This record gives sequence, C-alpha cells and structure tokens, in this order.
Amino acid sequence: MQIYLPIAEVSVNAFLILGLGGLVGVLSGMFGVGGGFLITPLLFFVGIPPAVAVATSTNQIVASSFSALLAHLKRKTVDIKMGVVLLVGGVIGAAAGVQVFAALTRLGQVDLLVQLCYVVFLGTIGAMMLFESLRALWRVRAGGPMPPRKHRTWIHALPFKMRFRTSGLYISVIPPVLVGLFVGVLAAIMGVGGGFIMVPAMIYLLGMPTKVVIGTSLFQIIFVTGFATLMHAITTYSVDMVLAVLLLLGGVVGAQIGTQIGLKMKAEQLRILLAVLVLAVCGKLALDLLLMPSEIYSLADRRGV
Amino acid sequence: MAARLVALLLFLIVGAAAARAETVVAGLSQEAISITTNFDGSEILIYGAVRREAPAPGTLPMQVVITVQGPNRPATVRRKDRRFGIWVNTDASEIDAAPTFYAVQTTVPLFDALTHTEDLRHRISIPMAIRAIGTGLLDQDSFTEALIRIHLADEAYQLNEGAVRFREEVLFDTSVRLPANLTEGDYVARIFLTRGGEVVDIFEQALPVRKVGLERLIYSLAHDRPLVYGILSLIIAIGAGWLASAAFRYVRG
Repeated sequence: MQIYLPIAEVSVNAFLILGLGGLVGVLSGMFGVGGGFLITPLLFFVGIPPAVAVATSTNQIVASSFSALLAHLKRKTVDIKMGVVLLVGGVIGAAAGVQVFAALTRLGQVDLLVQLCYVVFLGTIGAMMLFESLRALWRVRAGGPMPPRKHRTWIHALPFKMRFRTSGLYISVIPPVLVGLFVGVLAAIMGVGGGFIMVPAMIYLLGMPTKVVIGTSLFQIIFVTGFATLMHAITTYSVDMVLAVLLLLGGVVGAQIGTQIGLKMKAEQLRILLAVLVLAVCGKLALDLLLMPSEIYSLADRRGV
Repeated sequence: MAARLVALLLFLIVGAAAARAETVVAGLSQEAISITTNFDGSEILIYGAVRREAPAPGTLPMQVVITVQGPNRPATVRRKDRRFGIWVNTDASEIDAAPTFYAVQTTVPLFDALTHTEDLRHRISIPMAIRAIGTGLLDQDSFTEALIRIHLADEAYQLNEGAVRFREEVLFDTSVRLPANLTEGDYVARIFLTRGGEVVDIFEQALPVRKVGLERLIYSLAHDRPLVYGILSLIIAIGAGWLASAAFRYVRG
C-alpha cells in the first residue's frame, strides 16, 4: 500500500515504514535507546530526504520512548530527579546543537559532520561496551567474584552534591548536567535521542544501577527530542506527521515486545547485543566514508541539508 | 512597381499560409493532477492530430516532439573528493533553475526530428531545459551533467525516443509517466510538429499539479503555523503512543 508523504513529498510503502518502526521499537524497548541512530539511516535508505528523516525521527522517538517509559514508570525504575538534572543540560545542549547544525548546513558540510559523529561516537561506545561486557561475562563464567566498583573517584570530589534516592547516589550535579548537555548537542546534530551515549555514561561515569538507567534515559530522551522536534518544525518545516505516525504505530507495539524481551535477558547479554549492533551501524557508515562513492556528485536537498 | 509589390505581398501570404498549413490539435487525458494520500505517480496520455489546409507538402516526413516540464527550482550540486582518506564534499555549484520534472518524448531520435538551432530556440532537449550561469568553476558543465545523470536515474528526467506513436502523419499519442515523488506546481505540456528538423507548429497546455485533501491540510499547517504543527505532531505522537501502550496492556490482560 503506497502512501504519499505530504512533507517529504515522496511516495512510500506503508508496510515498509510500519516494519521499520516496529524493528526500531523492539530495540528501543530492549535497550532503552531511542533508536534514532538506526531509524535515521534506515529512512535515508528508503528514500526519505535527509532533513525530513532527521526531524521526523526525533518526533517518532518521543512516541516510542513514551510507551516504553510508561512501562518503566509502572515498575518504578525511573530516577525522575536525575532525569530532570540531565534534562536541564539536554535542552541547553540541543539549542546550541541546532545552531551548529544550521551553520554547517550553509557550508554544505552537515552530511560529513553527521557521518563523522556517528562513526566516532558509535565506534568508541560500541567498542568500550563490548570489551567491558565480554570481560564481565568471562569473569562470571570463570566463577570469579566481580571486582568491586571504585567507590570514590574524582566525580565524588566535585561540589553541589545532591541525593538521588532511586539511584542510591549522593553525587555532584555537575557531571549529570554535563552528560545531559553533551547528549543534547548530539541529539540536535545527529537526529537521535542520545541513549547510546547516555546509557554507558550513566553506568560507567555516574555509577547508576543498570535497572534505573534505561527508564531514566527514556525520561530525558522524551523531553530533549520533543524540544528538537519543535525546533525542526519551526526552522526547517521538515517534520512529516504522516511518516511519524506510521513509524510510531509500528514502534509502540515493538517497544512493548522489546521491554518484555529486555526483562528476560541478563544485563551483560543485553549490553553485548547492543554493542554489536552499534558497531555494525558504525562499520557501515565508516565504509561509506572510506570507499569511493559510485556517484561523487550529489544534489542538495532544497530544504538545505 | 505596384504589380511587383502585389506579387511580393501575394507571395508572403501564400508563404505564410504554407508555413501555417499544418497545425496541431491536441489534448491531455487529465486537466490537472491531484496528489492524494495514496498518490503513486500518474500516467498522463497526450493525444492529438495534425490539421491540414492542403495536402502534406514536400517529401520530408513529419515528426512529433512532446515535452512535459515541471516547475523550475534552483539546485545545488556538490562534488566529493578524497581528503585525509575519506570522501568529503569539496566543490559545489549553484544551478539557477532546473525543472523538477522534465520528459521528452519523440517519434524518432530527438536530433533526427529537430535541428540544433530549433532546439536552442525552443529549449527542447534536457540540457536546454536547465539554466546554469557560470559560477566561476572551470568545469561547470560536469556539474550540470551530473544533475542530469542523477535525475535520469531517478526518472525525474526522461528521454523517450520513439515513444510517440504517429499514424499516417495525422494522429499521434503518447503516455508520460509522472513519478511518485512529484513536486507541486504548474506543469506545462508542449507539442512540437517538425518537418525536416524545422518546427512547423507548437501547442502548449498547462497541467497544474496540486496536493489535495489531507495532504493539502498538513502541508499548509506545517508552513503557515509551524509551532502549532510541531506541538500537534508531538501530541498526536504521544497520544498514539499512550493509546497503543494501553491497548497492548489490555490485550495482555
């Protein structure tokens, strides 16, 4: 069934888009990532103009994350206080990121920036997670005890401490605000929720327990991507409501299934799977940069991206 | 003297009549194209006949060239080059106006039906439809060629030689395939009758392409009230997300 998208101005197969939404929804529920890092490139492949793909995926992330967040709220695995602190940084970061995006669009280098961001961040995070998880899994297999996490690092020496009961933490607000800020910038530039950066940052940098990490990152993602959607709607008119609704119809069902799968799997297994997925997307994008393209000329989208 | 003037005048009238002796009468299968939610491209039939005041002159066969052109838009073409081991956009060229859609359909190979002079005059072939004023780059042409190559690949530009059926030098018809990713605007269909490569007559008809219904509503809202549209997009997304989530819980009991 073909559907003509009013803003993207292309005709697409509705079932293909529903399927894409569903696939990304499953991953979103399983890992607590918005799935934007997958959905944006996938939309490019089916012929959606890049600006519309980026803007619409932020809208879709809000919806797919919302249903997943409801599931987490019910299970009380969301640290709302931490989420709000992250959000403060996130909104400031997103506003700054949109400015960077606009400046590079004028220079015609925004594609390169987006691709490089994907390769660098996905590559680093994916490799780190895979390495960490494999080491942890190997220790469990060998029957040895888990090494105790370092309890006092430089993070604990910073001022403005705040108690986060749900996470069982008493730390400075500076690191979470900075994490939120950084993720906000990336969200605006890459058209993603930023969960793939935030989840490891919460675990390894802030030392939050894995159980609350997913729900809390979903909480922050919803507000930051919601903010980004509005910015895109106002500045580039590139949010396609019909495309977003199609994506989310598949996405919400997928997210529920994903949350169920995620509960049944061990945290380490989950992390290895996510790491492999992140590295696969990174590898594909790196190849695109390294290999000579079949057509070295390209047409700029008339929206400017 | 007067006799010679009359003779000249007579010659001119006869000559003009001879040039206008063959005219084209044509029609399109659709007056306008509406882009609806299930729009999946369109096929437009262009048909017509040659009207003659006198028997067909000369021995050269008559040919028909039909073009359908979309609205002109500026375009930016970028070229990648290898820098530090990766492929980066290094050069860009602005093309002042390129049609968003352009199809040329003919009875025989284009330049058998048309001289280059006539092509220049009426801007018929694909490269003629694109207006690119020099931007200082030495190889401007390679950017224009790339634009055409990319659009030929996605069927936004088409050259279908031999796609016009022409019976007894009187009746002709052809169908033009309009792709699904059509841009809104005022399209124009042009029909050229040629003999010996010279254009004998031209027929032109407008073909408006418009979004209608829900497509129109969403597009207008997004451009006229972007903030309202953005908030509405979020509410619809969140609402649908919540509903689907609730429905899923209900189904699971």
